[in-house]
Amino acid sequence: MTEPLLSIRDLRTVFHTDEGLVRAVDGVSFDVNRGETVCLVGESGSGKTVTGESITRLIRTPPGEIAGGEIVFDGQDLTALSEAELRDLRGDRIAHVFQNPQGALNPVYTVGWQIVEAIQLHQDVPREEARSRGLDLLDRVGIPEATRRFDDYPHEFSGGMKQRVSLAMALATNPDLLIADEPTTALDVTIQNQILDLLTELQDEFDMSILLITHDLGVVAEVADRVVVMYAGKVMERGDVFDLFERPSHPYTRALLNCLPGRGDGARSIGGKLPSPTDPPDGCRFHPRCDYAVDACREGDQPPAYAVDGDEDHVVSCVHYGPGSDPSVVRGEDEEAVPADGGRAVDGDGGARGDDR
Amino acid sequence: MTRPLLDVEGLTKHYSITEGVLRNEVGKVRAVDGISFTVDRGETLGLVGESGCGKSTAATTALRLEEPTDGHVVFDGEDVTAYDDRELKRFRRRAQMVFQDPTSSFDPRMSIGESVAEPLRVHGMRDRERRRRIVGDLLERVGLDAADVDRYPHEFSGGQKQRIGLARALVINPDLIVADEPVSALDVSVQADILDLIDRLQREFGLAIVVISHDMGVVREVCDRVAVMYLGEIVETAPTAELFEDPQHPYTRALLGSTPVADPRRRGQGTKLTGDVPSPSDPPPGCRFHTRCPEVIPDADYDLDAETWRAVLNLRLRAASRGIDVEAVRVYAAAGDDPEAADPEAVRAEIREEFDIPATLPDPRAEEALAGALDRLVVDDVDGAAERLADAFPTVCRRERPGLVPDGTDLSAAEWAAIKEFRVWVATLVDAEREAVAERLEARCANEADREGSVDRLAVRAAFRLPEPLSDSAADRAVSAAVDALLAGRAGDAADELYDAFGPLRERACHLNRGE
Repeated sequence: MTEPLLSIRDLRTVFHTDEGLVRAVDGVSFDVNRGETVCLVGESGSGKTVTGESITRLIRTPPGEIAGGEIVFDGQDLTALSEAELRDLRGDRIAHVFQNPQGALNPVYTVGWQIVEAIQLHQDVPREEARSRGLDLLDRVGIPEATRRFDDYPHEFSGGMKQRVSLAMALATNPDLLIADEPTTALDVTIQNQILDLLTELQDEFDMSILLITHDLGVVAEVADRVVVMYAGKVMERGDVFDLFERPSHPYTRALLNCLPGRGDGARSIGGKLPSPTDPPDGCRFHPRCDYAVDACREGDQPPAYAVDGDEDHVVSCVHYGPGSDPSVVRGEDEEAVPADGGRAVDGDGGARGDDR
Repeated sequence: MTRPLLDVEGLTKHYSITEGVLRNEVGKVRAVDGISFTVDRGETLGLVGESGCGKSTAATTALRLEEPTDGHVVFDGEDVTAYDDRELKRFRRRAQMVFQDPTSSFDPRMSIGESVAEPLRVHGMRDRERRRRIVGDLLERVGLDAADVDRYPHEFSGGQKQRIGLARALVINPDLIVADEPVSALDVSVQADILDLIDRLQREFGLAIVVISHDMGVVREVCDRVAVMYLGEIVETAPTAELFEDPQHPYTRALLGSTPVADPRRRGQGTKLTGDVPSPSDPPPGCRFHTRCPEVIPDADYDLDAETWRAVLNLRLRAASRGIDVEAVRVYAAAGDDPEAADPEAVRAEIREEFDIPATLPDPRAEEALAGALDRLVVDDVDGAAERLADAFPTVCRRERPGLVPDGTDLSAAEWAAIKEFRVWVATLVDAEREAVAERLEARCANEADREGSVDRLAVRAAFRLPEPLSDSAADRAVSAAVDALLAGRAGDAADELYDAFGPLRERACHLNRGE
């Protein structure tokens, strides 16, 4: 096992607000290996975006502050870097793509100008060469007639095309890690599909890792290698995408899957609401909304990450998976029969296998 | 009672694009281009489509929040498009709208009690105490607390605000609610709650609801029937279960196929649509979806798979819109050398690659035509190439506009459109006296009446472009019965006859299903 490209350990990001201290990210740990896609999934307010922004310290300080933990990127602790050193890293080895491509592009410059700028900011290349690289990039992200569109302004592109342009800008310096925060949320489903395909394609081509932040489990199922489920600043569950969808273990993950509308078997919402960010509940943050909460859930701190069925790569922060507890409380008896290899061996037509859809 | 609460027919909304100080019209955005649908009492109809397909405009023009350019909207036997201001206000009491963003639809300086009670006040309820009682009761019915009346919008979460939005729509006891993307601004974890609530309120209040959404999942959850829109037109309507089990229009299939499923074992299996939605100011001729349709029909019998045919057609369409920049391709093909000296073979290969067309097409005749067109492109003759491609790769999907036809009948699209137009006209007369019906009929059929000026069956059928007989015998019988009832002055019976025979039928607009 080689070193992961990005390793986040016990990250704590807080915001000092008038209402008090908001622990937006409260002890989050996960790794991103080279060439893989990790999805951070959660509702709004779960801290997934702040986690992504903490990596290159894009959060506004003050009021924000990285209060603890370490972010090791390719052997280097980013929390120890100065602002200037970070600036060299941003948009170079670590690139960002945001939800709203409109906001990421400057309306008064042509897209070509902006891509050339992105290239020249980090690499000492003549303008002509930067231009031809920019053209090549536009072509690779699937802009038809790249040469002709190069000198167009952002408003002359559709939403999907703008997102392709901002991807091209992000890829300009051949980053090792692409942090994509809800890159397809503002787009129509047919366009979303195109962009997700493109991301997967570019990942292979550029051999980069992707940290994709999304609220949409459908998107997660489509592109992720591994998944980190967040809730109220904590990691609830973490695992391989097939394991996680095959054997969702945390009650929150299960509830999140059950509330997806349109699966044909009735959506069930998660009752209650997100806990107060300034005054989170003791114990498991999810316990006030959890159907399986017992006394142990209501006291102390968030439960540690327990391995699911002895699988160290699939961990869940729930007391029912701790030593001496019985996970079937959460999962129900019938699911215990699921073979350990889960859906892994099943090929594309796996939907036929006892699937309820 | 089989008549629908709402019958929308031929609804059209065009926005003018103007230029200069004189505001000359230089073009039109065809936001909604002749759509028809009905909504029964107690029924939920979904209007679904991508952004820009005109679904929101369809709703606002149907409620006359915006003036329609053309078309009829019949609400409970009255023509909404003919209402004056006073009648419109009365109509607004019976038809309410709920908006996507619950935050911006409330005045932040008004307590929610005041906000919810506002429609009551506007419509003339002076008794403050009574207003407060009604609002408190409603808040409880949408899952909030009666004591919340004095709190302000910012104290509520998005989901709660959407509940309050529903309460405000319900406060004057409407018959119809139009909900524009009611849950898309909400987290998935609360979406199900709101959808549940909509379902429950519908049963409790016997409401007719139109839900506008881009999300097939949402539509599946709450709707009884669905109308799929693309570029201002309805391409398919069907009961929800049927639509999801057996989508008939390629666009519906593509929409369903593009919706990501929360199952990693099924990844990569969705339909992939290429390209963007064309501009509604210049919609493609023929079927509006043909520029992106993965199932577009070739006229000629070439031995090409669907993907290759699509790729060749993309080249054809791009050439026709003069969207191929040969100069740029040459720069590419030259790879840094002098573009003028670029090898023509390399340029041809580059064009093929840009359009994902294989190096040689498996069909020799198709390959010959394509090679000929590429040769012209290489010498900068884009028009010649476009012509050549258009001749060699024609498609009915571009040539002819497919109209909606109902399933299970032999009616043609034109006949079906005529029946709907006739039906909506009859529907405006259901409460009219016998004399008034005769009068209106006479006026409508004046050009077709015989010399003595009397209106007979033939005149009515001619006036409404209903050929005798219609291609479908059952339809013909129903139309004949309706015409007879109308001539006898019984408009109500005529309407019943038509709505009974042509209730909510499954419809689709696609050349693919023509032969069946």
